[in-house]
Amino acid sequence: MLIRIAKPSDIKSSQITDPQVYASRRAFLKAAAVAGIGTALPAHALVEPQGKTPPMPGLVETPYGKGLQLTDQEDVVSYNNFYEFGTGKADPAANAHTLQTRPWTVKVDGECEAPGEIGIEDILGGIPQEERIYRFRCVEAWAMVVPWAGFSLAELLKRFKPTSRAKYVYFETLYDPKQMPGTRRRVLDWPYREGLRIDEAMHPLSMLVTGVYGHQLPNQNGAPLRLIVPWKYGFKSIKSIVRISFSEDLPETTWWKMAPHEYGFYANVNPQVDHPRWSQKYHRNIGEGLFARKHKTLMFNGYADEVADLYRGMDLKRFY
Amino acid sequence: MPTVSERALRWGVKPLLFAACLVPFVQLLIGAFSDDLGANPVETVTHTTGDWALRLLLITLAMTPLRRLLGQPWPIRLRRMLGLFVFFYASLHLLTWAWLDQQWLLDEILADIAKRPYVTVGFAAWLLLLPLALTSNRWSMRRLGRQWSRLHRLVYLIAVLGLLHYLWLVKADLLQPLLYALVFGVLMLFRLKRRRQNDGHSVASGVARRQ
Repeated sequence: MLIRIAKPSDIKSSQITDPQVYASRRAFLKAAAVAGIGTALPAHALVEPQGKTPPMPGLVETPYGKGLQLTDQEDVVSYNNFYEFGTGKADPAANAHTLQTRPWTVKVDGECEAPGEIGIEDILGGIPQEERIYRFRCVEAWAMVVPWAGFSLAELLKRFKPTSRAKYVYFETLYDPKQMPGTRRRVLDWPYREGLRIDEAMHPLSMLVTGVYGHQLPNQNGAPLRLIVPWKYGFKSIKSIVRISFSEDLPETTWWKMAPHEYGFYANVNPQVDHPRWSQKYHRNIGEGLFARKHKTLMFNGYADEVADLYRGMDLKRFY
Repeated sequence: MPTVSERALRWGVKPLLFAACLVPFVQLLIGAFSDDLGANPVETVTHTTGDWALRLLLITLAMTPLRRLLGQPWPIRLRRMLGLFVFFYASLHLLTWAWLDQQWLLDEILADIAKRPYVTVGFAAWLLLLPLALTSNRWSMRRLGRQWSRLHRLVYLIAVLGLLHYLWLVKADLLQPLLYALVFGVLMLFRLKRRRQNDGHSVASGVARRQ
């Protein structure tokens, strides 16, 4: 039996727009657009949403984020930061078709007793895939609510038996200029690198993601395997992972190393610590439209009850 | 060299240019009414109005070199309209930021202007555009006389501030703002070269006269 305990991070049912109301508004706007000014619209308006990836039957239902109002699938798969395919938000959806996600192996090494490799098919076939609805907060002050498919990162990490010296977990994205046109210029210090403290990585909320909206991940969302750490800014949630490494020392991570005064190693969502160039007090929910009100950003993106203990006694203004 | 008659300028080129300058604005309007400004419409409007303010500013600054290249006076006759469109898009850009982005939260707005250098220079650029837009009429030109051209040299400072605004706000990829800066640099080189040639000419003609 599943006992449902309401968490403060849940959204009250009274705050949720009835999907029918929402759908009818969208349909009305679409119809109006086609009938009235369809010919004046840019071509991209007529393109179907990308991401026709295979469905993932048999996803295990979980209580995570039940009741949150989801961001439109179309927005989730078309508005992305994935600099390996270009720095514009629409670039990944336009360019990521060149990424080859099969075969795909993830190398796991470093401070562990059983280093090795694991293929994406073994991950998909060997680990039960759950659906979890998480809030997603980008450091650029926009946010989404996304139904991810995947499993707790800890599930995978435990298989490689990290030793007591494994203080951190390091992740690396594929770096292949042939498949990733955005990496042909040195916009970032490729390959993209990220890292977590071991206790953060082992936290049940930390998730390895293989799918979104009940389908396998589209390339632009970080196929075939990405990280999601819902209480941290989105750039921590590294995409298209090819290497995971346990380390004793703090790993160097891409944005932190590039602009340390703007992006910290921790990058926990924190409305009290501004990015030097913009406030983090509020965020904009993607899909709410031009005149929508912004929302107050919550500490740890609303997951404080679950994760605040990890940072007990730390000065989060210093360790941002 | 293409010559343009007064009639063609007044009834052809200018109305066409006016319509062309309005295209980005009309596209935004259509997008707004059809819910087709992408996943983050506020960002789309902010970027579009900012891009066009900067582009039109560079186009405005291109009119003087263009006049010299063509040996025709008509590009100068388009300068005021282009300049006013710079002000139009810059004002929309500011309005989008204060209204749709900051939602008139005055403390947030003032904090941003004071604390964030890219906002500070962007806002300063808009403030400096204001007197130029207000004195862009014939009456002001006549009244201000020589002071008018001195005042309107502020456009170079505005361009520098606008470019800094863009350069300081991007996260990682500086290519786009640097391209704009390159165009600005080329337009300024034209002026420098011209100035030197002028100096050369005046010296040469002075010598010629004396002989």
